[in-house]
Amino acid sequence: MNFAVLQFPASNCDQDAVHALQHLGHSARLVWHKDASLGDTDCVIVPGGFSYGDYLRCGAIARFSPVMQAVKQFADNGGLVLGICNGFQVLTEAGLLPGALIRNRDLQFHCENIFLKTATNDSSFTSQIPVGKILRVPIAHGEGCYFADEETLAQLKANNQILWQYCDATGNLTDTANPNGALQNIAGICNEKRNVAGLMPHPERACEPLLGSDDGKWIFESIFAALKNKTVAQAA
Amino acid sequence: MKAKIIITPKKAVVDPQGITVKKALEHMGYSGVTGVHIGKYIEIDLAAGTDKAAATKAINDAAHKLLSNPVIEDYKVEIE
Repeated sequence: MNFAVLQFPASNCDQDAVHALQHLGHSARLVWHKDASLGDTDCVIVPGGFSYGDYLRCGAIARFSPVMQAVKQFADNGGLVLGICNGFQVLTEAGLLPGALIRNRDLQFHCENIFLKTATNDSSFTSQIPVGKILRVPIAHGEGCYFADEETLAQLKANNQILWQYCDATGNLTDTANPNGALQNIAGICNEKRNVAGLMPHPERACEPLLGSDDGKWIFESIFAALKNKTVAQAA
Repeated sequence: MKAKIIITPKKAVVDPQGITVKKALEHMGYSGVTGVHIGKYIEIDLAAGTDKAAATKAINDAAHKLLSNPVIEDYKVEIE
């Protein structure tokens, strides 16, 4: 599979994403923010970092870069797009995902390992995560508090668009397990078409035991499985 | 000519900075403070002689698309 990992000025998890994907046996390359085309791509990763210095709002300026027009088109055509951390913020600013990410409720930058509960296996980003498995992955953000108005939140629930929620080690969605004050402990969501997803935690930093956890690989394994199914379906 | 844009968090959005500053004001003895909302103030310099109506329309458009995020923020534009 060919992965395109976007690179904005001040992206800083782009190399991590490329490394994780290659480590898991797939081809990944960086695509510069000024490129108007994604080239031959099966899936787009919008990586973490501080694109454009987080000026104005996180992700606000990145969404207007030429490559984001290509990402929009790719997503409109059903292509898989995953935004991680700053990438999640970029996708909400771009209107590809509903809601917004605001300042952590304690105003602190959180850099720690957290636990994630997968709310549904019904998506290209969660299908391979073992049922009931609690993922241990790191977060590193100051503005990761998910917010959406009541109507949007109701739609997210009705359409099963909440993919991951912060939980404690045994899977309870407690307030203490919520690192940033996100509504409903939301750590990640997908769009209504289920081909675009975003999450604040960093699965790409947890894909090999050497790094303390390889739980993040399940998210990428889900994407690989979805792409494989797509290829099989197209060939048939 | 200047455009002044005031951006504030929507009432439904939790504003942890505002809450913290409100508490600090209370600790300092300022009474009667019922809410603090922290936003942004942006000034845009416009060429002299710019048509006010056209500028108002353009700045409102920019405020909606880029300067604010309508999901979490409200804005007010003044041209003078």
